[in-house]
Amino acid sequence: MIKAILIFNNHGKPRLSKFYEHYSEDTEQQIIRETFHLVSKRDENVCNFLEGGMLIGGSENKLIYRHYATLYFVFCVDSSESELGILDLIQVFVETLDKCFENVCELDLIFHVDKVHNILAEMVMGGMVLETNMNEIITQVDAQNKMEKSEVRL
Amino acid sequence: MPAVSKGDGMRGLAVFISDIRNCKSKEAEIKRINKELANIRSKFKGDKALDGYSKKKYVCKLLFIFLLGHDIDFGHMEAVNLLSSNKYTEKQIGYLFISVLVNSNSELIRLINNAIKNDLSSRNPTFMCLALHCIANVGSREMAEAFAGEIPRILVAGDTMDSVKQSAALCLLRLYKASPDLVLMGEWTSRVVHLLNDQHMGVVTAAISLITCLSSKNPDEFKTCVSLAVSRLSRIVSSASTDLQDYTYYFVPAPWLSCKLLRLLQCYPPPEDGAVKGRLVECLETILNKAQEPPKSKKVQHSNAKNAILFEAISLIIHYDSEPNLLVRACNQLGQFLQHRETNLRYLALESMCTLASSEFSHEAVKTHIETVINALKTERDVSVRQRAADLLYAMCDRSNAKQIVAEMLSYLETADYSIREEMVLKVAILAEKYAVDYSWYVDTILNLIRIAGDYVSEEVWYRVIQIVINRDDVQGYAAKTVFEALQAPACHENMVKVGGYILGEFGNLIAGDPRSSPLVQFNLLHSKFHLCSVPTRALLLSAYIKFINLFPETKATIQEVLRSDSQIRNSDVELQQRAVEYLKLSSIASTDVLATVLEEMPPFPERESSILAKLKKKKGPGAVTVELEDGKERGELNGGGDRGGDAAIAASNASTPSPSADLLGLRSTAPVSGTTPSAGSLLVDVFSEAGPSATSAGVNDDGFLSALHAPEASDSPLVEGPGDSDSAPPTVASEDPAPPLPESDELLNKFVCKNNGVLFENQLLQIGIKSEYRQNLGRMYLFYGNKTSVQFVSFNTTVSCPGELQSQLNVQTKTVEPLVEGGAQVQQVINIECLTDFIDAPLLNIKFRYGGALQNISLKLPVTINKFFQPTEMAAADFFQRWKQLSQPQQEAQKIFKASHGMDTEVLKAKLLGLGTALLENVDPNPENYVCAGVIQTKAQQVGCLLRLEPNAQAQPGEQMYRLTLRSSKDTVSQRVCDLLAEQF
Repeated sequence: MIKAILIFNNHGKPRLSKFYEHYSEDTEQQIIRETFHLVSKRDENVCNFLEGGMLIGGSENKLIYRHYATLYFVFCVDSSESELGILDLIQVFVETLDKCFENVCELDLIFHVDKVHNILAEMVMGGMVLETNMNEIITQVDAQNKMEKSEVRL
Repeated sequence: MPAVSKGDGMRGLAVFISDIRNCKSKEAEIKRINKELANIRSKFKGDKALDGYSKKKYVCKLLFIFLLGHDIDFGHMEAVNLLSSNKYTEKQIGYLFISVLVNSNSELIRLINNAIKNDLSSRNPTFMCLALHCIANVGSREMAEAFAGEIPRILVAGDTMDSVKQSAALCLLRLYKASPDLVLMGEWTSRVVHLLNDQHMGVVTAAISLITCLSSKNPDEFKTCVSLAVSRLSRIVSSASTDLQDYTYYFVPAPWLSCKLLRLLQCYPPPEDGAVKGRLVECLETILNKAQEPPKSKKVQHSNAKNAILFEAISLIIHYDSEPNLLVRACNQLGQFLQHRETNLRYLALESMCTLASSEFSHEAVKTHIETVINALKTERDVSVRQRAADLLYAMCDRSNAKQIVAEMLSYLETADYSIREEMVLKVAILAEKYAVDYSWYVDTILNLIRIAGDYVSEEVWYRVIQIVINRDDVQGYAAKTVFEALQAPACHENMVKVGGYILGEFGNLIAGDPRSSPLVQFNLLHSKFHLCSVPTRALLLSAYIKFINLFPETKATIQEVLRSDSQIRNSDVELQQRAVEYLKLSSIASTDVLATVLEEMPPFPERESSILAKLKKKKGPGAVTVELEDGKERGELNGGGDRGGDAAIAASNASTPSPSADLLGLRSTAPVSGTTPSAGSLLVDVFSEAGPSATSAGVNDDGFLSALHAPEASDSPLVEGPGDSDSAPPTVASEDPAPPLPESDELLNKFVCKNNGVLFENQLLQIGIKSEYRQNLGRMYLFYGNKTSVQFVSFNTTVSCPGELQSQLNVQTKTVEPLVEGGAQVQQVINIECLTDFIDAPLLNIKFRYGGALQNISLKLPVTINKFFQPTEMAAADFFQRWKQLSQPQQEAQKIFKASHGMDTEVLKAKLLGLGTALLENVDPNPENYVCAGVIQTKAQQVGCLLRLEPNAQAQPGEQMYRLTLRSSKDTVSQRVCDLLAEQF
């Protein structure tokens, strides 16, 4: 199961946080800081997996992350997930964002948090993977946008 | 066209975000946010009804503020209002807010549930999905109560759209995880399994998570999923890279789903149906073959996806642990990855090999990679990878390579990352103990650990070295010598002082013969560290000092002086002060005999699970955070803090029944919680699988004997080797007859001739401790059977029998013990013994039980020997010689001349002779080097007077030292038997 999905930039500013287990707001912020601390101090070209921080369950959980330009995408998962599978999933997520925002950059995530949440919701639900097919995800997002536009015109 | 056009956003929101981003300081940001919060609050409270667009805009702002880490305590009601909007955008923002800022206000939940109910029955798939998402995100009990009945129906209804089915499957999974009691199995369950056959791969993807969870909880009800999963997997694996269109990811067909299918199969044993099994083996082979094919793309995503499947396939092969052919291929594949240039693959290969190492088929194959793994530990740049290498070394360690691995881990410790030092220390300590052939190596290793990484050596580790030294008399002298040497270092870790203080206090006498480590030198060495130590260590040292007074009367004056000094007797710490006062008083008023009794050597510790192991499990397990807490609690169990060591030692050594203080070295940790996490689970298997195939394969094959036959190299297997130690492996005999006594049982018997308490027998499953007391011709013996494993022993049964003529010589009565011994538990058995007449043989004790299905059958000799019925007789020199002369017929005398196998330490000899049960007569023999003793053996039929003389030639070179032992008694058989027994003791 995916316990949390975190996106933050190179300075640790959170750009998206989605927890699939309940934590207090305070703990959530601490987890984000702890995770940033763990991930950001790692060199490039080391492996993409490490044991989770104490706050999110320690060695029970793994942090699987990718670093794209200014952003870290971190998935915190338990032992039931395939590490490489999650890496692929991060890639699908990023490619989907890229298609939806056309060359996605950090600013898109800042100004369209709600959209990013919607796209993520088409992939992951309650910590489990709903869909991995990028075209399917984009079809759903497109349909939503159409509805949105028609409502705006009204 | 991009799916999200950037111009469509809400202007006010964009302005607000830009403002925040332009803030120069944290204070300015907080100010801007507070202004906005006040604005939103007033808008929400204002008289004017807000339109949907405004509500949506404000709720979005709140979300953004929340993401920045600020508490949001309002806006929930507005969000709930948005739920009932007919506009998709408003509804969607409302649901998003609720999902991110879950609030447990029950009034609110009731309103949310109402909105969800409406959307679920709307038949609008988009609205239905939003509602299902919300349930899955919140997952509260109230929601489960409201919807657990409805969602299965949506999931299996024929007319439900695919996207809704996907959401419903995961929504149901979430509810099942949160409140399993509310999700009732029913007619829908069989239809859920058939979703594995669904046309739409997305539905299969979502459904498989649900099915995997349900199967792991109710394997029987869902076992039809195995054949469906195999055929689905087979279709994917054999499809061309273009067949699955959108589900093909960088030329790999449906990698995510393949992984999930392979995971689902890991909930079950290998398929029983031959055809299904054949098809699955074919799939696994295809996956292994594909790994060797040239890649279809150079992109890293291609190899990633391919390897994701490969690793899952290998996990399944390891899980089945039944196809030697596949296991070998898996092991070879992992071996290739160990040297791969991709760090991720090296990491995963090390991790998978860890589980492979515990498979009996592949343990040897894994061991061939030892050099690569050691190299990884030394050279990997990434600490996560080094950590996995350390784990693997721990898993592949066995008797053959223990010294090498422990040495490598020790040398790595000097430079290891701080984050993993403590765990490394625990692992080294466990391996050193588990594979110690000679215990001097063990002692060296642990002292090295303390030297290299003293700060990371937890209490459990140094408690354990003391437990072991106390329980093994063959290592005590060496331990004393080694700690003495270690303490000479100008700066040594406080843990070293603790171990040193404890061991010298107990066994300092064993090295006192050497003038370089004379009692006073030992004391001065310890005391030189005293002032640098913390209070608990000082308290321990004070206890060591009082033990010194008992061991070496010549140090009494010096030590009393120290105890009397103001810094001790008026110490501001209550504990230290009290010890100083009490020990001073004790040493002043107690006679040597009382002192000797009070400060007797510590009795052996009852063995249970190693406390270090429990610690490591705790560390690896879920409650890693609680470790600190528990540490605090355990502190002071040994000689420190709360219960004072001296007193505890007294209680422990005088207790005739087991007292809680016998646990004082942290053995209190109860049975290990059986592994709930895979890591803890595999550790458990790893450690206890020492019992050999009978333990590991017992689950599959309910017969220890048969599984021993299945083991490919029975002669090398630990079953025969008996890894516990040189002195004990249970013969795993399938027969129900009592096994013949162990070959070493005579030796074990001899250990108890001069003592009444101790550990009689120990292997990796079972430990038997003894306490006994004798009066006149009667004896009572308490046997303590300790289950060292985490698994219960069933059909536990013990019998005591008197073979041959012993039947008429001894009367032995026992009560039966409970047939069930829980993991980590100890059961007690009382044996009453009456000596009718003198005897030679010992009663036999047979223990039978089943451990994981395999029958264990062990026979030992009970240490009941004729000398136990001695009554000491004090007499003057004249009496002694008169009686000596009266017993001058040749058959009344038995004599032996033999080489000394231990040193000729006076105190040790005296202790042994006293332990024999006779009175040691001082000033009787004209030669002060000699020892004479007298006693009467009490049997029901008669009393047999017995005189003894032991003449050592102490002046001879070590190695040439000899004894002459002479026994005279009124009965020839008694003379002979006592002489035989005693001759083995020196």
